[in-house]
Parts: sequence; C-alpha cells; structure tokens
Amino acid sequence: MTTFPVLVEVTLRPDVADPQGATVERALPALGFDQVAGVRVGKAIRFTVDAASEPAARTLVEELCRRFLTNPVIEDATITFGTPGGT
Amino acid sequence: MTRVGVVVFPGSNCEHDVAEALALLGGVPQLVWHGERSLGDVDAVVLPGGFAHGDYLRPGAIARFSPVMDAVVEFANAGGPVVGICNGFQVLTEAGLLPGALQKNRGLKFLCSTVSVRVETTESALTSRATAGASLRLPINHFEGNYTCSPDTLAELRGQNRVILRYLDNPNGSVDDIAGVCSPGRNVCGLMPHPERACDLILGSADGKPLLESLLAAGVPAPAEREMSS
Repeated sequence: MTTFPVLVEVTLRPDVADPQGATVERALPALGFDQVAGVRVGKAIRFTVDAASEPAARTLVEELCRRFLTNPVIEDATITFGTPGGT
Repeated sequence: MTRVGVVVFPGSNCEHDVAEALALLGGVPQLVWHGERSLGDVDAVVLPGGFAHGDYLRPGAIARFSPVMDAVVEFANAGGPVVGICNGFQVLTEAGLLPGALQKNRGLKFLCSTVSVRVETTESALTSRATAGASLRLPINHFEGNYTCSPDTLAELRGQNRVILRYLDNPNGSVDDIAGVCSPGRNVCGLMPHPERACDLILGSADGKPLLESLLAAGVPAPAEREMSS
C-alpha cells in the first residue's frame, strides 16, 4: 500500500454560467487589472488515498468525484496526484 | 387522514412550519429524524427547507447519504408522493430522484421575497388541487435556487409536461423560468418557493394551500389498497 496525496479541483462545467467568476472578473478593471480574463471560481479539496498503485488510486478518486465531490450535472473535477510520501 | 413524514436533517429549519401547515389542512405530520432507516407508517413525505448538513460541499450533497434517504428513494420508487421544498428540492436532485441541479442565483444574492409562480400542470402530486394557469404568490428564501439542466433534460421535461411551476418574473436565473419540476411518475416533486409559509392570510398569502392539499390528496391510499392493508 502506498499513500498518495491527491488534489481535486472542482469547477463549474464550461457551459454552466459561473456568477462568482463573472463577478470577480467584473471587479478586476476597477483595481487596475485590465489584462485578466476568463475567471472561473471553484473549490480545491485535498486528501490522501491508500492504494496498491496509482491507477488503482485514480479509479477510486474518480468514483469518489463522480458520486460525491462533484455534481456531474454542473461540475467537472480535475484530479492531480502528488508524490507519495510528499505533500 | 394523510400521514406525512417530514424528514428532519441536521440543519433543516422549516420542518415545524411544514408540520403546522399540513396539520392546518387536516394532515397528520410526523417528524422523521434523518438517522432513521425507516419512514414509519406514512402516506406521503416532505423534505423541508433549511441547510441540511450545513450545505457543506453543495446543498443536499451530504443529505442524500443520510440513512433515511434509502427509505425515501424506496418510497418514491414505489410511487409514494414525495415533495422537496427549497433545500429539500436540492436534496432530491442530488439523490437523483429529480433531474437537474440548483446552482447559485444569477445575481449572487440570497433572495428573500415573495414571488409569483404559474401552475403549469395539475398532473402532479403537488398540483392536482391547484388550477392550471393560476398565478400563486409564494415566498422564496434561497441562495442556490437557479435551476439548471442539460438541453436534453430540458427537452424531456418540456416534452413530458414535467415543469409544474414557472416564475412569472424569474428571480434567480433558472433555465426556462423553472420554479418546480416533477418525476416521470409525477409523484416526486421539487420546488424552490415555500408553500408552507403561505397557508394562512395572516402570513400574507394562502396561495400555498392548494399545493399542500394536493400532496395530502396524493397520499390518500386508493380504496383497493385500503382493503388490502386492512
């Protein structure tokens, strides 16, 4: 068994309006940040998974994302694995 | 008399309003704690508003895994009438009993006001005693009430006449002005407005009465079933 650090980023799907992102983006020019565009606001969820291999861990995390961490109707998950034993 | 299980999650806050309104209309409300594995002997179920499990992760995301939800799903799949109000609607979508999802309001504001909704069909457990085309004044209280779904799902809802309530003046950005939908079997209904807070003129509106009366009527067992169970 290896312990894998995992980062799951949950974002609204590209075709779903993101009112938080739009509001942040609209506020930026007033602060002088004219060159920023495409703001999307999401969630970052960090945890560790014990699994025999990275593919096994990935399968488990994908299932976790599908069933619980995201609502697939409106959200996507981006899964990033850290270095085992690292953070 | 229709016995209605009103499910109480940690963070629910409308269960007593719902129970009061149902009792006023002649129903027999029974509060059911979310940790129960059985609904007990009930004819209908309401998932009331509030902030089940603190709305952590997403509204309804954790509530759908509460022990009682297996019994709610079983009751719904057997054709039993189930209504989710506000947070209860969010729980029903997360549990897959209703399609789509409720996301943050278009204006990013928590909405607390009274809105007008139109009854689009009387073919549902929530609208059978209402009048098609009637406009109802009902309170809303939500941050995540912006109904959204895929174009395919929307086409299906329209094609099967499953949008049961529409906003006259869309307050939250919901697709197609949707305020409430029902399941293919028309026994599971979800809506963002609060009919239980509009069941007496002293509250400013009694327009919620026909909706809850519909639920009570839907919960009355058919004569054949009564004979079988007696």
